[in-house]
Amino acid sequence: MIAVQGLTKRYGRTTAVDRLSFEVRPGQVTGFLGPNGAGKSTTMRVIMGLDAADGGRATIGGRAYQQLRWPLREVGAMLEARSFHPGRTGRSHLRALAASNDIPAARVEEVLDVVGLSAVAGRRAGTYSLGMAQRLGVAAALLGDPAVLLLDEPVNGLDPEGIRWIRGLLGGLAAQGRTVFVSSHLISEIAQAAGPLVVIGQGRLLAQTTVAELSRQAASLEDAFLDLTSASVSYPGRMS
Amino acid sequence: MTHAVGTATTRPGGPGDAPSGHYRFRGIARMEWVKLLSLRSVRWTALATAVITVGLGMLVLHVAVVRWGHMSRADQRIFDPVSNGFTGLALAQLAAAAIGVLAVTSEYSSGMIRATLAAAPGRVRLAAAKAVVLAAAVLVIGEVLAFVTFFASEAMLRAPVPRATLATPGALRAVVLAGAYLALIAVIGMGAGLIIRHSAAAITTLCVVILLLPALTLPFSASVQHATQKFLPEVIAENSLTAVKPIPYSLTPWAGLGMLMLYAAVVAGAGTWLLARRDA
Repeated sequence: MIAVQGLTKRYGRTTAVDRLSFEVRPGQVTGFLGPNGAGKSTTMRVIMGLDAADGGRATIGGRAYQQLRWPLREVGAMLEARSFHPGRTGRSHLRALAASNDIPAARVEEVLDVVGLSAVAGRRAGTYSLGMAQRLGVAAALLGDPAVLLLDEPVNGLDPEGIRWIRGLLGGLAAQGRTVFVSSHLISEIAQAAGPLVVIGQGRLLAQTTVAELSRQAASLEDAFLDLTSASVSYPGRMS
Repeated sequence: MTHAVGTATTRPGGPGDAPSGHYRFRGIARMEWVKLLSLRSVRWTALATAVITVGLGMLVLHVAVVRWGHMSRADQRIFDPVSNGFTGLALAQLAAAAIGVLAVTSEYSSGMIRATLAAAPGRVRLAAAKAVVLAAAVLVIGEVLAFVTFFASEAMLRAPVPRATLATPGALRAVVLAGAYLALIAVIGMGAGLIIRHSAAAITTLCVVILLLPALTLPFSASVQHATQKFLPEVIAENSLTAVKPIPYSLTPWAGLGMLMLYAAVVAGAGTWLLARRDA
């Protein structure tokens, strides 16, 4: 379970996340929704211990990320697809990460197979397309067979077949009892996979709801989402 | 190519099946080891540096043989066949510094740092593992390079130019410290990378410190130069570590080594302190 309590994060004068609280439970894919710049990535960075919170806290299974005993075996994350050195092969990238948490090298081949990169694993990752980079990111997240998964905009750059694949993958992982937390700025991408939803805007919690509940509030899910977030979007042309 | 989810994504035991204990320094060091050795750029840099360093040593000592008759008695007396053979160290140190810098800054420029910190969130432990692996790898390469350079360049010498062997007083120490110098410079590079976090800026800073600081002392009086130059890394390498004939106004070899270790500890320590405190 992921618990975020009163989380505040400022960058200079900008408050990216403002007293945000929510919980993510295991067994379902939980969607993390909000317009661009709402604070989704910042929240995930703080959960992962990459950035320090200015107030409040974020825990995974009751512990801050830095306190995890086997980080990769407890949490799998993909914050940005290109989180690898372009000069290293996909396989070397995963082998390095596996070594850090005493994960057997055979597991590298397993996850390469799961994401469909086995055939190109010996190529330098810098030559990968965005979709392949995304799959390498998913492979890294799955490496430690973690009970908690965090994915920031995992659908970006995937073709329709890839989008269907990742939905199926995430749904399957949640059905195994894992906690799966997936951000998106497009509700349509997430609606088919997610149950519970955490909706934020301008760093604040707008709603902790579900896809079913939200779709009852307006003619379409998209309308309901835009109604919810309209007050927190300040730049023009958002409807185009 | 839809993949079955239930089969390969989970190993027996299901979610949260982690062994007892916790991730350790050894695992992080192995990660850093795989990272360092899996980059073609590192392998090519090491190879090219080795060729040039050995070649430069051979060339300089060959020139010494050719020019020996034209040198004054005084110059002949102070001619140091060992330190002259290590002329290429001036270039090798830049390569070592760059490898140290890039071990850190390439993580920031590529985004790899996110994956690294997800695997090893303990930042002090991560920096320590990086430093140990880097120092060990560069030390091994540096020692091999130092011995090859020594033998290859000494082989160029012909009588009447004095030739050094490992039995020459101070020669073995000079060769060993030449390799160690590269390892320490690599650690200083890593520290600079942690502090500055941008490849070009960090490498430029190191080039200024290593190559330009000696020149900056030139406008000052001789006494100021004598008092300060001996503490500069490159001067230590040339006049203290690799010299077998004492040079005035320079540190002893072991004092020079201690000085460099102090620099490495301070720079890497400052970098680690910043890594632990800054947002990634």
